[in-house]
Amino acid sequence: MKKELTIFDNPKNVKRLRLGFFVALVLVLIAEFFVDMHGEFSVDHFYGFYAVYGFISYVVLIFAAKALRKITMRKEDYYDR
Amino acid sequence: MIDNMLPPALIFILGAVLIPFLKGKVKAAYMLALPIVVFITLLNLSLGNTWIVEFWGYELIMGRVDKLSLVFAYVFTIMAFLGVLFALHVKDNLQHVSGLVYVGSTLGVVLAGDFLSLYLFWEIMAVSSTFLIIASRTRESREAGFRYILMHLVGGLILLAGIVLYVQKTGTIAFDYIGLNGIESYLIFIGIALNAAAIPLHAWLPDAYPMGTPTSTVFLSAFTTKSAVYLLIRTFPGADILIIIGALMVSLPIFYAVLENDIRRVLSYSLMNQVGFMLVGIGIGSQLALNGAVAHAFCHIIYKALLFMAAGSVLQMTGKIKCTEIGGLYKTMPLTCLFCLVGAASISAFPLFSGFVSKSMIISASVHEKIFIIWLVLQFASTGVVDHAGIKVPFFTFFGHDSGIRAKEPPLNMLLAMGIAAFLCVGLGVFYQPLYNLLPFPVHYVPYTGAHVVGQLQLLMFGAFAFTLLILAGYYIPEVRSKNLDADWTYRKFGRFAYKVADKGLNSLNRISERVLMGFVKGLVSFFKSAAVKIALFVSVNIWLALGYRDKRLEIKKNQLYNDIIEGTLPIGIGAAVAISFILLMFILT
Repeated sequence: MKKELTIFDNPKNVKRLRLGFFVALVLVLIAEFFVDMHGEFSVDHFYGFYAVYGFISYVVLIFAAKALRKITMRKEDYYDR
Repeated sequence: MIDNMLPPALIFILGAVLIPFLKGKVKAAYMLALPIVVFITLLNLSLGNTWIVEFWGYELIMGRVDKLSLVFAYVFTIMAFLGVLFALHVKDNLQHVSGLVYVGSTLGVVLAGDFLSLYLFWEIMAVSSTFLIIASRTRESREAGFRYILMHLVGGLILLAGIVLYVQKTGTIAFDYIGLNGIESYLIFIGIALNAAAIPLHAWLPDAYPMGTPTSTVFLSAFTTKSAVYLLIRTFPGADILIIIGALMVSLPIFYAVLENDIRRVLSYSLMNQVGFMLVGIGIGSQLALNGAVAHAFCHIIYKALLFMAAGSVLQMTGKIKCTEIGGLYKTMPLTCLFCLVGAASISAFPLFSGFVSKSMIISASVHEKIFIIWLVLQFASTGVVDHAGIKVPFFTFFGHDSGIRAKEPPLNMLLAMGIAAFLCVGLGVFYQPLYNLLPFPVHYVPYTGAHVVGQLQLLMFGAFAFTLLILAGYYIPEVRSKNLDADWTYRKFGRFAYKVADKGLNSLNRISERVLMGFVKGLVSFFKSAAVKIALFVSVNIWLALGYRDKRLEIKKNQLYNDIIEGTLPIGIGAAVAISFILLMFILT
């Protein structure tokens, strides 16, 4: 029997990973203080624009896709019938 | 020294013919050697036109060598090597031969300096790629392959119509920048755009590509769309409509990619999204934007192939490829998982991976041209890529719910191909200068500035943050076995409906007119039959009366004659006599 990786079977490890991710999120927000964002459009001068835009885009995408599914979803054998 | 070498296209196409005659290690070495020979040929080329052949008074240019065609030829050849290596264990010669012919014809398209050789290789490309789709030898793949070739033949015909008009107008078959003016340029544009899977001519791609074998889809992902991108860069740079088509392509497919259950179909929609970035770049048309489109095609070919290789490995080792059926595979396929993550990071344009150094050029170009709405769409689409390709593909394949499948790692050649592709993805992301040197225009672009890196990291990571929150809250889209309607509905369902309408409508019309016509003909026939009987009776009865037949004997004679004519058992002599007497009668009457 080949040996298996089971690292994510342990909820503790998943929690650690998540914590590391949240720390990284805070770090990229802090990093913005130290760089000049030199945007050509007025919006990306706002602090944290990219973070907010990324987050909102993602949520909009998921909920719009959910709505789209109501229109487009068919059974797997739709074209065979 | 160029003169005594074959054009790269022919090295592949003629070289592929020998494959069925070889066996074992010789065959493997031979197949790997073909792309290497081509690559060496390409390295030895000098700029300018080579391999010029006279044909019916036209000059065929099979080697238009400039910076633009060379960079595409390089990446296609690298891709050919990766694809062959990945498929090395496959016993099916059909796949090897059609794969290499496909590569060869693509190089033919890229290096063609005239429309005639372009069109020739264009059609070879369509046919050979169809064999890669039907190579799975399932009913679904045959049907999808059939729809695929129909679409491409239609596109080819439109292109041909455009070419014919163009040649008639300009008097030359050579081509370079065309630009959108006049009917012929629009026809050529549509023909090329169909191969680039431009919306709304895109449905063949997500329909057919997921139907290939685990290895043939890797080939498919690289060549058709990117050779069309190359042609658009050459013939229609700066066409505004490409910005709109590109904006639609970066945004619409990501919704489908989010919904789709089949991993390779998710990747197909993602492929469209990536080509959309390139089309936006071509549409903007500035030097930075065109450089960005070329660079993005280069990086994209490699990381998209890597993702399709990872998906192909999963399909080959587990026999399954649907999100609902797989999951938790990192436990026994850690290397495949790692390579898939590299591909995912590259396509998401994570800093230090290849997508970052190419995609940011296109986005920066939209900033320089101050197209705010396009810039917003591109950034939105970047987040979308993070969702479907960056998170969904690796998460639902290798993590997520444990499907209980304990598949082994794929064979060594597949791992090697993925390893090299992953190495290139990281290599291009870190040492991007060699790639920038290959680009058609001089590059003054610096991808790694503080603003770029921080902005991109925020965009990607807060997108991922949204994913984490949504999936923890149970709001993330559930994976379900389903089919999502796309533009192929028009010819798959509406087409069938139209067929039924035509069947019911036209065929019943057919039946009615048949009935009317047959009734008329039958009436006519019986009229003439009875006319003949009546004439025959009229003539005969008079003769019989003159001969002295009366009463009973006359009745018998009449019945005999009547039956003979109706049954058609009349002796020929009598028939002839009736006919002659009929003619005589006509002659007397007129």
